[in-house]
Amino acid sequence: MPTQPSTLFDKVWDSHVVVQNGHGPDVLYIDLHLVHEVTSPQAFAGLRAKGIKVRRPDKTFATMDHSTPTLSRDLTILDAMGAAQIKQLESNCEAFGIPLFRLGSEEQGIVHVIGPELGLTQPGKTLVCGDSHTSTHGAFGALAFGIGTSEVEHVLATQCLLQEKPRTMEVRIDGKLSPGVTAKDVILALLAKIGVQGGTGHVIEYRGEAIRSLDMEARMTICNMSIEGGARAGMVAPDTTTFEYLSGRPFAPEGEAWDQAVDRWQELQSDPGARFDETVELDAGTLTPMITYGTNPGMGLPISQPVPDPSECADSHQRQAMMRALDYMQVPSGKPLLGHPVDVVFVGSCTNARLSDLRGAASLLRGRRVAPGVRMLVVPGSDSVRRQAEAEGLDQVFLSAGAEWRFAGCSMCIAMNGDQLEPGQYAVSTTNRNFEGRQGKGGRTFLASPLTAAATAVAGAIADPRALAANVGAD
Amino acid sequence: MLSRFTVLTSHLAPLLADDIDTDQIIPARYLKGTERTGLGEHLFEDWCTLPDGTADPEFPLNQPESSHAQILLAGRNFGCGSSREHAAWALSGRGFRAVIARSFADIFYNNALKNGILPVALDEAHHASLSRHVLDDRKCMVTIDLTQQLVEMPGGERAPFDVDAFSKRCLIEGVDQLGYLMSLEDHVREYEVAHDGG
Repeated sequence: MPTQPSTLFDKVWDSHVVVQNGHGPDVLYIDLHLVHEVTSPQAFAGLRAKGIKVRRPDKTFATMDHSTPTLSRDLTILDAMGAAQIKQLESNCEAFGIPLFRLGSEEQGIVHVIGPELGLTQPGKTLVCGDSHTSTHGAFGALAFGIGTSEVEHVLATQCLLQEKPRTMEVRIDGKLSPGVTAKDVILALLAKIGVQGGTGHVIEYRGEAIRSLDMEARMTICNMSIEGGARAGMVAPDTTTFEYLSGRPFAPEGEAWDQAVDRWQELQSDPGARFDETVELDAGTLTPMITYGTNPGMGLPISQPVPDPSECADSHQRQAMMRALDYMQVPSGKPLLGHPVDVVFVGSCTNARLSDLRGAASLLRGRRVAPGVRMLVVPGSDSVRRQAEAEGLDQVFLSAGAEWRFAGCSMCIAMNGDQLEPGQYAVSTTNRNFEGRQGKGGRTFLASPLTAAATAVAGAIADPRALAANVGAD
Repeated sequence: MLSRFTVLTSHLAPLLADDIDTDQIIPARYLKGTERTGLGEHLFEDWCTLPDGTADPEFPLNQPESSHAQILLAGRNFGCGSSREHAAWALSGRGFRAVIARSFADIFYNNALKNGILPVALDEAHHASLSRHVLDDRKCMVTIDLTQQLVEMPGGERAPFDVDAFSKRCLIEGVDQLGYLMSLEDHVREYEVAHDGG
């Protein structure tokens, strides 16, 4: 009997089911568990209280990123609680035998930047972390999703999780992106279309010509924000772009094992005729730079379009949400955000702090200055990204333009380390969440691409990067 | 050991907005602790307080009608955003044992169940009906019967809800899921042998 065509997601899920419970959740085996300082202390404390060891410390890796300083590597500048939490991670990793990429090491960085760059993230793996942006790693054809701290404890103790099998959503993106339009704009356009709950209960597979032509870093940006649409995970089927990225990375297989792995990974495609529970389509050719105007990542629009008028919104719940968002943001409806002044520009985070992101921002800043009165921070996603950027002279481009060049960490994306907005300040940020107070209590965030962020920094107000790019050489 | 959940009767604290994210439930500046306790006092802190730091009398959770409510009533997609379990710890730290909403974000839903908080998703008609009751009479009592999977509203209207059988049993018996996973050691070892460690 011929087997049913199955999706990439089904293949990865089905090959990791340890016990199927019929009407209850499946028991899923986890191949790779990433750990950071903020969501793990209570899980380790639980193990200690119950006298349980970490079952597979060889499949567990830790780093520190959320509350780490970016001005220097000196822990004394952190507040006492942040420093204690970091010390707690160090002692937990030592006690339980977990490899730790600590502050000051060459491997340290944002957990979702270093997993791929070390070659830990691989096609077909199940991968979890106590962090919602774990969806990033799906760019490699892994099934990667964020979990809570109780589940972190479950995985530490048993290498397994109880999970209901999600439904599937195909996001098909055909056509070709125009110059100045990036992966960030693609995902913001998708979120504007499906909303922040459109993907709830689903795993998204991104497919189509536009996705195939993206490099790994761009695919990571898209998968990273799958969670902002409510999706459990986002995935891209692995291809030669994936294999070329992984080849030679520290934890990637070598020699014969590499060839066998690639043979296996090539099978990780949705079969022709595989059925998805839902399908959404986007035409890459029609996309322009995007920006958010409100207080969730689904409240986005093409940068030259006017901010919508809540009174024209038919759904009463949505109308109320928009009114509240515009009140918080203090932006008028009915006109575009272009020209809206900003106080801060932030380039960083697990969404957009990889080398290609920094190159993009630097390309628009080269020979230009950050506008007076605007503070621009550039925070590389990992120490490796920082070193590569410095080898290319990108740090000098940022510094000459008047931007701050920092050490790696989550920084102003979550504002736990002192890098934060003041109440009432406006920021264009390459991060993933524009929730109220996300970048500092009372701060107001416009999410955009690194190109839009750089163009905005130069103008001192929200600007279309395509206009500045056309101007290259003018200085 | 979690506290058991079978039948809960309480008045409700209404927070009828959609897409309430976990950054609002518990702001990131409170994620630096290493304990599960002490978060209740910071629940919805940035929505509770006025710019001068005093309690906002307009905020439903600050109003005397909501004090000691064990059920929060929210709109669609409650708990979206960050995976922080601190959101569930902050709710339970404040005495909440259940959240009734139109729908939940996936990670929050799982986190709630693991902390003895029952997430109850109601269909649109029942949710609207319950919201009307609560807005008409903030002290009205509602019963959530987990064993029968029913919400009983004032006037006798009953609304069914779904919960998976496994989580239901864990809540009713007050056991966490780790014990079950630990009991599967032989299966896990077998899986690892067969899959060469993945």
